[in-house]
Amino acid sequence: MPGTALTGSRIREQRSQQGLRQADLAVQAGISASYLNLIEHNRRRVAGDVLARLAQALGLAVDVLEAGAQGALVEDLRSAAAAADSDVELDRLEEFAGRYPGWAGLVAAQYRRGAVLERSVEALNDRMTHDPHLSATLHEVLSALSSVRATAGILAETEDLEAGQRARFQGNLQQDAERLAVSAGALVAYLDGSERPDEGTTAPQEELEAWLAVWGWHLGDVEAGNPTALEAEILGLPSPGARVLARAWVGQAVRDAKALPLAAFRAALVEFGPDPALLAQRFEVGMLVVFRRLAMLPGFRFGLVVCDGSGTVTYRKPIDGFMVPRFGAACPLWPIYTALSRPMSAVSALVEMAGRVPQRFGVRAFCQVTQAGEFGGMELREAAMLIWPEAGGDATALAVGSTCRVCARGGCAARREPSILAEGV
Amino acid sequence: MGQHVLLIEDEPNIAEAIRFVLARDGWQVSVLADGALAVAEVSRLRPDLVILDLMLPGKSGLEIVAQLRAAPGTQSLPVMMLTAKGLARDRDAALAAGVSVFITKPFANADIVAQARAMVGL
Repeated sequence: MPGTALTGSRIREQRSQQGLRQADLAVQAGISASYLNLIEHNRRRVAGDVLARLAQALGLAVDVLEAGAQGALVEDLRSAAAAADSDVELDRLEEFAGRYPGWAGLVAAQYRRGAVLERSVEALNDRMTHDPHLSATLHEVLSALSSVRATAGILAETEDLEAGQRARFQGNLQQDAERLAVSAGALVAYLDGSERPDEGTTAPQEELEAWLAVWGWHLGDVEAGNPTALEAEILGLPSPGARVLARAWVGQAVRDAKALPLAAFRAALVEFGPDPALLAQRFEVGMLVVFRRLAMLPGFRFGLVVCDGSGTVTYRKPIDGFMVPRFGAACPLWPIYTALSRPMSAVSALVEMAGRVPQRFGVRAFCQVTQAGEFGGMELREAAMLIWPEAGGDATALAVGSTCRVCARGGCAARREPSILAEGV
Repeated sequence: MGQHVLLIEDEPNIAEAIRFVLARDGWQVSVLADGALAVAEVSRLRPDLVILDLMLPGKSGLEIVAQLRAAPGTQSLPVMMLTAKGLARDRDAALAAGVSVFITKPFANADIVAQARAMVGL
């Protein structure tokens, strides 16, 4: 694997030159030391977000570490072969790429195109199936259309209609035509905002996530003790619901920053590593505060999923390869749901996410219980799950998916509904 | 006096249109907008046919049909379901619940009349 070997070797060489320990670089890049070790010893492919974080941590441009165009092409071909699960001559990949670069490039491009289309299908299907707004809007359009058709039919087909009845039905028709225009307009506006399923925002929660992504998931004004500076930005959010969520998020970020001041938190990370339990003990705070702080810290790009007591995802910070459904319920095998059923217990797991190329992740999940109101009153549960790329060596990983409808795993005991991908049915 | 139909539909203009076309065809039409009152009204009015929407306030059309099918006096009462949801799974769910005929919105007035007649043997 010349491409992978070269990239891994370059990372190792640059780290050594800068006098960094593997553990230090791993912490800065938000991956485990064992995973970095595999990368540096050319036993794991590194690309995309992980490579970008390693480059950032080393203060280098990504292309300094990359294996070059030829290496990237070979890696894409290798991924294409793995995804197709076909019996190809892997030992002659480099020869193929070298002798027929045009054909090799075409195969790689088709693979990448296929991956993009698959993600689009998943996202669109997820939206069509579970998006309550789309469902309600379509229902409104059809209801208005039904009324128009039925009333127009009466007006057109009833020759002896009394004047009073005719006027009444004409009034109904006008009313329904206006209703239809409004609901159809709402539908068009909605679909216009959905042209890019990976990027379009529809729900307030999505608007909040898109807003936080613009800030790199880290609110500098909060860290600087000036959260009110964000109010102007919040007012620019499209929907009132998103503005409410953003204010709540900023309020929570202020409390989190007060409990775990940035400088002290960074120092503790160097001392303890990204272990939520040790960090929670060090600062005498709840575990979920640490989860949020880790997920939002620059350079520590952990993925984060938060859910309420019903299991509904209330917040997500995406991470490449770990698909969290926009609408509807997620995979019931996710460790966050194990945590939800065992409040105040630490849950750790190695998971493998289903997909064209299954990817492995380390996860830590925890559920916190708070009491609302008087003693014995309402009990509220909130669970969170930190996610990061983790090869895991030869360890057995828990096989999970995104959500049943787009998960192709066959024979899954936890399946709720058939998959649109034939293998899962 | 013609056959009696109970129409359970929360969209007033749709209900008015259906009432008109059925009344012109000789039906006695009672209209109800609230699903929660449906089963009681069926017991009180004892209609020959029920036409109802799938999505109703108070109680869904499927729940109403399930209750009608569970009661001795209405087990075989003809029920026509109207709905804007036309997916195969919605149709299957309606037929499984005991709906006799399933019509997808937007419908033609003539279809409603023809189906209603057929369901009561006219």
